[in-house]
Amino acid sequence: MPKTLFEKIWQSHVVAQEPDSPAVLYIDLHLVHEVTSPQAFSGLRQKYLKVRRPERTVATMDHSTPTKGLSLSLVDDMAAKQIRQFQTNCQEFGVPLYDMDSNERGIVHVVGPEQGFTQPGMTIVCGDSHTSTHGAFGALAFGIGTSEVEHVLATQCLLQYRPKTCLVNFDGELQPGVTSKDMILALIAEIGIGGGTGYVFEYAGSAVRVLDMEARMTLCNMTIEAGARAGMIAPDEVTFEYLKGRPHAPQGEDWDAAVEYWRSLPSDPGAIYDREITIDVSSLEPMLTYGTNPGMGVSVGSPIPDPQTVSDPGQREALEGALRYMDLTPGKSLDGQKVDVVFLGSCTNGRISDLRQAASLLKGRKVANDVRLLVVPGSEKVRAQAEAEGIDEIVRQAGGEWRFAGCSMCIAMNGDQLEPGQYAVSTSNRNFEGRQGKGGRTFLASPLTAAASAVTGKITDPRTLNKT
Amino acid sequence: MKPFATITSKLIPLPQRNVDTDQIIPARYLKVTDKAGLAEGLFHDWRYNPQGTENPDFVLNQPDYQTANILLVGDNFGCGSSREHAPWALIGWGIQAVISTSFADIFRNNALKNRLLPIVVDEEMLGSLFDLALEAPNAAVTIDLSTQTLSLPDGSTVEFPIDAFARQCLLEGVDQLGYIRSFEDQISAYEIEQGISIIR
Repeated sequence: MPKTLFEKIWQSHVVAQEPDSPAVLYIDLHLVHEVTSPQAFSGLRQKYLKVRRPERTVATMDHSTPTKGLSLSLVDDMAAKQIRQFQTNCQEFGVPLYDMDSNERGIVHVVGPEQGFTQPGMTIVCGDSHTSTHGAFGALAFGIGTSEVEHVLATQCLLQYRPKTCLVNFDGELQPGVTSKDMILALIAEIGIGGGTGYVFEYAGSAVRVLDMEARMTLCNMTIEAGARAGMIAPDEVTFEYLKGRPHAPQGEDWDAAVEYWRSLPSDPGAIYDREITIDVSSLEPMLTYGTNPGMGVSVGSPIPDPQTVSDPGQREALEGALRYMDLTPGKSLDGQKVDVVFLGSCTNGRISDLRQAASLLKGRKVANDVRLLVVPGSEKVRAQAEAEGIDEIVRQAGGEWRFAGCSMCIAMNGDQLEPGQYAVSTSNRNFEGRQGKGGRTFLASPLTAAASAVTGKITDPRTLNKT
Repeated sequence: MKPFATITSKLIPLPQRNVDTDQIIPARYLKVTDKAGLAEGLFHDWRYNPQGTENPDFVLNQPDYQTANILLVGDNFGCGSSREHAPWALIGWGIQAVISTSFADIFRNNALKNRLLPIVVDEEMLGSLFDLALEAPNAAVTIDLSTQTLSLPDGSTVEFPIDAFARQCLLEGVDQLGYIRSFEDQISAYEIEQGISIIR
């Protein structure tokens, strides 16, 4: 019986399964951060339990952390207290931590792959919905709640029902200036933010195969925005090349054995999925969101949908509400819409290739008057690499702010936030009301679109700016 | 853990689809290190105007609903972030069940672990319940987890599906972590088989 990539990983991780009950699934790698773990550690303490596998648990701090510097005096007292509690928890339970002074600290979904912890065939969880990012390596990776964080800390296992599978084929070839961020925004616009509920997506097709690992991570990262449990991409030479030599990747003979195993993971020919979706990317254009959820997306030159043309009353009201919050006119395109802030960063688009793409448009140019450009690398390693390449100088000379690593304005917990009413083009993953600061209004887009918009001060198709 | 009883309450109608967890509890309330006190942040930016005054139009601010504990919402409730602070905030406010046509996966899992019932009904029934909440705002419905039924004021009952395992855990007061730990022998055997006992 031919098996899918998902089925191979699922079956090899089921420890026990009773009738009418969820499977007890073994977790290979548990990533932990300061926001969704404190109550889980408290639970362990109350029950006199230890962390079962501290060596399979990796902690980093990213959500509440400052980006203007590394001192906790830069964030409010509650954030500082949360970070200190996290330091105490990791120390007490023996969990390795990338602390504030580590030059390898960063956003949990950037650090895992960068350090080689994330590997094909693994089950990976984190108390964070964007754990789907790690599926880019052919791992089964998904977000969990804090109760489940406690379960995994204590037992290295999780109760899970087997999800359904959906093959998402991206066929054709992307045009220059169009990226994997545009692919995922197009998919979510097509199927909606609940369109993937109950499924694990496997991304395949010619347009996926040619993506580098960082672009694949962007694609898998936003899978949760379609409501899907996880997104996965079969491992291939691109995956192995990325992992080889990373600090926590297998070395020497172990490497050869691992690669041999990894080669057995891709879905077998003829494997059956519960559902299939095909999208041709050949004519795909840069995408942006116009509304208040990631499914409200259009290409840069297309008109914002008109509620009058929506027949379903619930959908019409939702669209009207979103356009009211965003203060946008239906029928107009987003091209040329005024922008106050541009945010470059996050677990979606805060990696070195994202910063390089943005820098290719910012180089030798200035950010438009009255526009604030905030560039926040996804990890301290990304920051160091970007600085070695002079990207920090390009950003500063353009008039942008260059920061230390963290989630920053993607979730607006650390003081980096929009003012009420401000419009932002953001390379992050969520445009919910107030997500980037109370009253703030977000247009999700690729790093290229964000950089082009920073330069002109209005939403701009990056293909209309020449590379300098 | 105490076994689950029935819930009888009027319905709190919130006719919105795709209510995301950033609305249920904005991220700035996630800096806590315990579960208590999160009710203050529940739907904060809908409950309060930008100037900080209470928004009298928002359903949770209306006097009629202060003691109600069943929330009635549109499709795909709880989408977005995995924050368990969302069910903690709802429970903290006094909500014991949410009725919708669908829930986001992670929210549903989190809710069931916190004795917050995600009740799924079909679109037609959801419409009838919104009509009921509008026409007879004081009418109470009863949710019985043991029979998986929702009883309406006219005496009719509607069955609802729910995760059988989670239902049993709630009814019998079984702790899910305790359940996983009962498989200790299998977990250890799996680790040995996989060569996981070796510390990296």
